[in-house]
Amino acid sequence: MAERDEIAHELAGFALFADLSTPQLQGVVHAFEEAWFQDGERVLRQGMTGGGLYLVLDGQASIRVDAEERARLSRGEFFGEVSILLGEPPVADVVAVGMLRCLVLAGPAVEKFLLDRPALMYRMLQASARRLRNANRWRS
Amino acid sequence: MAELTERPFPPGDYPLIVVGSGPGGLQVSSALRGFGVEHAVLSADGQPGGMFRRWPFFQRLLSWTKPYAPVARGTRAYERYDWNSLIPETDEHRAVMVGLMDGTSYFPSRPEMQAGLEAFTSRTNLQVRFGCRWTGTRRHDDGRFVLETTDGEYTAGTLVIAVGVGEPWRPTSPGMELAAHYADTRPVEAYADKRIFIIGKQNSGFELASGMLPWAKRIVIASPSPAKLSVNTHSLVGIRARYVQPYEDHVLGGGVAILDAAIERIERGEAGGAPFRVITRRSTDSVEMAFDADDVIAATGFVAPLLDLPALGVATFGQSRLPAQTPFWESATVPGIFFAGTIGQGSVGLKKHGIPSNSGAVQGARYNARVLARHIATNRFGQVFERPAIAPEHVVDLLLDELTGGPELWHQRAYLARVLSVDPADGIHDEGILPLAWFVDTGGADAIAATLETDGTGAVYPVIYLRREGAVTEHAIEAHPLLDYRTEAARQDLASILAPVLGGTPVSSRGN
Repeated sequence: MAERDEIAHELAGFALFADLSTPQLQGVVHAFEEAWFQDGERVLRQGMTGGGLYLVLDGQASIRVDAEERARLSRGEFFGEVSILLGEPPVADVVAVGMLRCLVLAGPAVEKFLLDRPALMYRMLQASARRLRNANRWRS
Repeated sequence: MAELTERPFPPGDYPLIVVGSGPGGLQVSSALRGFGVEHAVLSADGQPGGMFRRWPFFQRLLSWTKPYAPVARGTRAYERYDWNSLIPETDEHRAVMVGLMDGTSYFPSRPEMQAGLEAFTSRTNLQVRFGCRWTGTRRHDDGRFVLETTDGEYTAGTLVIAVGVGEPWRPTSPGMELAAHYADTRPVEAYADKRIFIIGKQNSGFELASGMLPWAKRIVIASPSPAKLSVNTHSLVGIRARYVQPYEDHVLGGGVAILDAAIERIERGEAGGAPFRVITRRSTDSVEMAFDADDVIAATGFVAPLLDLPALGVATFGQSRLPAQTPFWESATVPGIFFAGTIGQGSVGLKKHGIPSNSGAVQGARYNARVLARHIATNRFGQVFERPAIAPEHVVDLLLDELTGGPELWHQRAYLARVLSVDPADGIHDEGILPLAWFVDTGGADAIAATLETDGTGAVYPVIYLRREGAVTEHAIEAHPLLDYRTEAARQDLASILAPVLGGTPVSSRGN
């Protein structure tokens, strides 16, 4: 079991949170909830509403479209943002590979959370841009 | 000492052992007996009631039992309005709480709740071995569990642990040991004319602040993130309306300060000054602020007292150290150990839109316990239960009745569902109430699951899940302001949603 202070310390090492002070990181930890998933458990479900924004703390998450793995995310990476930003159900399943530990922010809370933290939003935009670039490279 | 010799369940071998005599243990024992599963119930306490023998501190609950409701008392539909009575396996002894409340509030007092749990136990003749404390756990070579207790050793192949989430927990910030925990709060008169510093913005912290408003000289409530109010989250997440008064005093500048700040450390005050000094750092701008206090109270939550179960392999997670569980409340890592009562929160479910189940409260846990008891009876004791056949033309009305009046779907939204199996050869069968996460994530034959959901906007609406050829799809029906889905519009919506699995089956007209 990790205490919130310890989680805040973990977040300090992630690129996404590089611009936040320690009290701000503690605020982030309090806004999110810790969630654990067993090997094979679904975190997000393709076509089903009600997801959240997830940040991987430990373990790996497999992104699967129609049961085919498209990507794997690990510590420090996030997922779930696309369906929240677009207001649409996820287009992929996200499945725990081994024990997966995440922080999760409920979908309805994401907009205010990001607007309150523009520096974090910019970092997230950069990460999304990198994913888009890599996806385009993969296609070309 | 005749009582001692009459205590049930002496040490020995049992098919199943339930540990705990709070609402969770009592409900699961009642349901197990109803399903014919022989078992023993052990409790460290002297009488039934669990945490309600002690808390809430200010002696009144946050859960309703409404004496007057749109439906008749004692019916299944009335359970939507009575959150506090356990559910008997026969129709007598329903809604036991209603007759025990004095009418001054529809939130029962703690003693009324305790009396309700005692009345349920005695009226339904539940047997509990009181004064028998579980002290340790081992495993036999044959896989059976050995429970060590103050009365001796018990063995069982199946355990149901229902010991609550009531062990005080506090963070490890420097000086935190100087703070009293919520569990150690003194009689309220002790706080007269005092400066109180409360750590934590959950209901427990606001409950204390509310009760201390007429007594305290000043109240500071602090934690790093802003207070959430249930009236804003449109759910039971956040501070309940009954405890919002300190928030209003704060916004009016009335001697209550609610701070978004991390607790850096707690120090003893200097001689002649306040006994304590709390050093905080504001979340928004990192500014350090120090507060003198006569009393510091950590309303920082509780953990599950699982004793040595983690050493036996039971994985736990989160600050509450809840055991990781399957959708049927079985330890995800040690099969054969199940959980009932508030610990069942560890079976998180879909948690759609971030809204948790009500498994941490009696009104949710009582249904989990009944689903669990049937699951155990079926899967561990080989019992076979009737699955009533449903004529296709009655499916729509049956589901709309459940969505309008069924208590399980209403209390455990997006968590428990009414499930009908659809077999082209065998017809449609009522599979009863089942965990939605199990339905959605476990493949299987074609089936229908109906539940109620909410998305944080305040609307409560039906959602139908269809499983066809192993794939599950989700279909929402528009919310009705009175939650009455026995309307023509809902009938048409549902009939069209179900058409792919029911085929061209006509929907009977019962005239609305």
